[in-house]
Amino acid sequence: MKLKRDNFTLLSVLTLIIFTAPIILGYLWLFISTFSERTYGLKPVDVDGNLGGFTLKNWAFLAEPDIWLITLNTFLLATFLTMGVLLISSLAGYALSRVNFRGRKTFLSMTLILHAFPSVTLLIAIYFVLRFISDIPLLGALFGYNTIGGVVLISIALQLPLGIWLMKGFFDGVSWDLERAALIDGCSRWRCWWQIMVPQIKPGLAALSIFSFMTGWSSFLIPYTFLTKGNKAVLSTYLNAMMSSDTVSIQYGILAAIGLFQLIPILLFYSFTQKYLMKIFSGGSHGGV
Amino acid sequence: MDVKLKNLTKKFGAETAVDKMNLDIKDGEFVAFLGPSGCGKTTTLLMTAGIYKPDNGEIIFGDRLVNKVQPKDRNIGMVFQSYALYPHMSVYENIVFSMKLQKKSKKEMMLEADRVAGLLGIGTLLKRKPGQLSGGQQQRVALGRALIKKPELLLFDEPLSNLDARLRITMRSEIKRLQRDLGITSIYVTHDQVEAMTMADRVAVMKDGKLQAFMPPVELHEKPRTKFIAQFVGNPPMNFFDVELKSEGQNMQAFHSKFTLNLDSGRIPGRGGKNVVLGIRPEDIAIDPSSDIKAEILIVEPLGRDDLLQCRIGDLDISILADPKEKHRSGDMIGLDMDSRSFQFFDPESDQSLLWY
Repeated sequence: MKLKRDNFTLLSVLTLIIFTAPIILGYLWLFISTFSERTYGLKPVDVDGNLGGFTLKNWAFLAEPDIWLITLNTFLLATFLTMGVLLISSLAGYALSRVNFRGRKTFLSMTLILHAFPSVTLLIAIYFVLRFISDIPLLGALFGYNTIGGVVLISIALQLPLGIWLMKGFFDGVSWDLERAALIDGCSRWRCWWQIMVPQIKPGLAALSIFSFMTGWSSFLIPYTFLTKGNKAVLSTYLNAMMSSDTVSIQYGILAAIGLFQLIPILLFYSFTQKYLMKIFSGGSHGGV
Repeated sequence: MDVKLKNLTKKFGAETAVDKMNLDIKDGEFVAFLGPSGCGKTTTLLMTAGIYKPDNGEIIFGDRLVNKVQPKDRNIGMVFQSYALYPHMSVYENIVFSMKLQKKSKKEMMLEADRVAGLLGIGTLLKRKPGQLSGGQQQRVALGRALIKKPELLLFDEPLSNLDARLRITMRSEIKRLQRDLGITSIYVTHDQVEAMTMADRVAVMKDGKLQAFMPPVELHEKPRTKFIAQFVGNPPMNFFDVELKSEGQNMQAFHSKFTLNLDSGRIPGRGGKNVVLGIRPEDIAIDPSSDIKAEILIVEPLGRDDLLQCRIGDLDISILADPKEKHRSGDMIGLDMDSRSFQFFDPESDQSLLWY
């Protein structure tokens, strides 16, 4: 019996290795090439093609002040996106899960349809919306065209369908009796939401915040389109600028280094929080309409 | 505080969950709502608590109409089947949560929590989280949370259903004792007729959203107003069969295709036609070898103190209780003697009792 089980484990590990090998090899290459002059396959080589050629010059971009401003921008985008999505989704999810109002079902199915649309189809329309906001005094400077605020606003909107459905699913899983008990104990609806309901869906909030943060951190299309300073906006657009420079040939070593730099926070974030992320699939559910 | 329900009605879409319910609960009374699942008893309770808004009718606490009063302003305590303790708070925080919302002082909360914990014997659990408690302990904490507000009305929603049989019996008497000592008017929803019978001062039997009867347990058992009540109350359930009533000189007789029964002169239906449904409880049928009514035992179910015999007379199934010492076995033929002083009669159309109305 034991033998059989060991065989099974071996087999599954082997299968996993085969299927994940391309990805793992890709990351391995990324890591090696950031510290090399050039690479030949996975082998780091110097300019003459001999083994060796280790260098730190690919990381020289860290010395530029620009990169830190860009990183800050990226961080702000990801953070505000996460906060906005969490706040709105948990409020909307609660209402959709608990309150019976006119148009509730329509709202839910419309949200689902929005979730299915690729955001690229909306780019031009969003442009006009942002131009419109730009004309409003004060608000325009914060959320208009070519502001981080505007990009955050759009990113939140695009992330909301997923967030709302996820939160609704988690709220659906909380017993009605808990809420009734709180109402009888003297809670208002708001207090009940904040003090009784929200603590029950912490795993869901954690999962959604990780998703949102990662989306914000690596988002490209929206910042690239709506921030005119283009290459200096966020990390992803900076990376893109490096790849499509007309004047100099593409320097893969630097490209890899920036890519790895962008990956680090996500890797750290993920490794600490992956157990919450898994709960999206086990704990919460997309509840029924 | 006395509680009055007047013409209380609740609809969910096209479905009527509670239909024109009228109930008058006296101050300090323990009332049980009894009925099968989906009969509207929990809906009525939640309307009393203020969670559901009634579509029609009135709920009156004392002399205050509370239809539009928020749950928190009704001064009630409620205990749920799922306990509904706040999982992220300690037992102490759970119990004093309502006081915290009222912004009472720390010292007052400690004092009250001690009092309630002493009452329920949960003093040693105050620092734990609900998840670390057994079902029985959780239910005590839930009771404590309801009692700390010094409510004028206690509501129980099947509070013992999730406990094991032994604990259920202990908690049953404990709740009853507490309720009597504190003198708090209480409504207790249950589908377990034993719970309703043992705990309540009066039992409200409900079926399909309608109140069937509202009376003390013994009367419910002895004088069932409808066939439904006769069926639902009492364990094992009552036997029913169709008979035709005929006068034989001075006496009335009930004719069944397989046998004839003499009626007791003090227990003759005062209304209805010739064709009636006769009901008799298993414990009111004795085994008498000299009887003309012969039945075949199909199954013997040992209940401990008694054996429940599932018997058959022709195509009529009938269950009776017998002394286990008599060692009846399936396949045996026995004679049955039905006690005519315990007969119940019901109208075959309306299911209304022909004796009690």
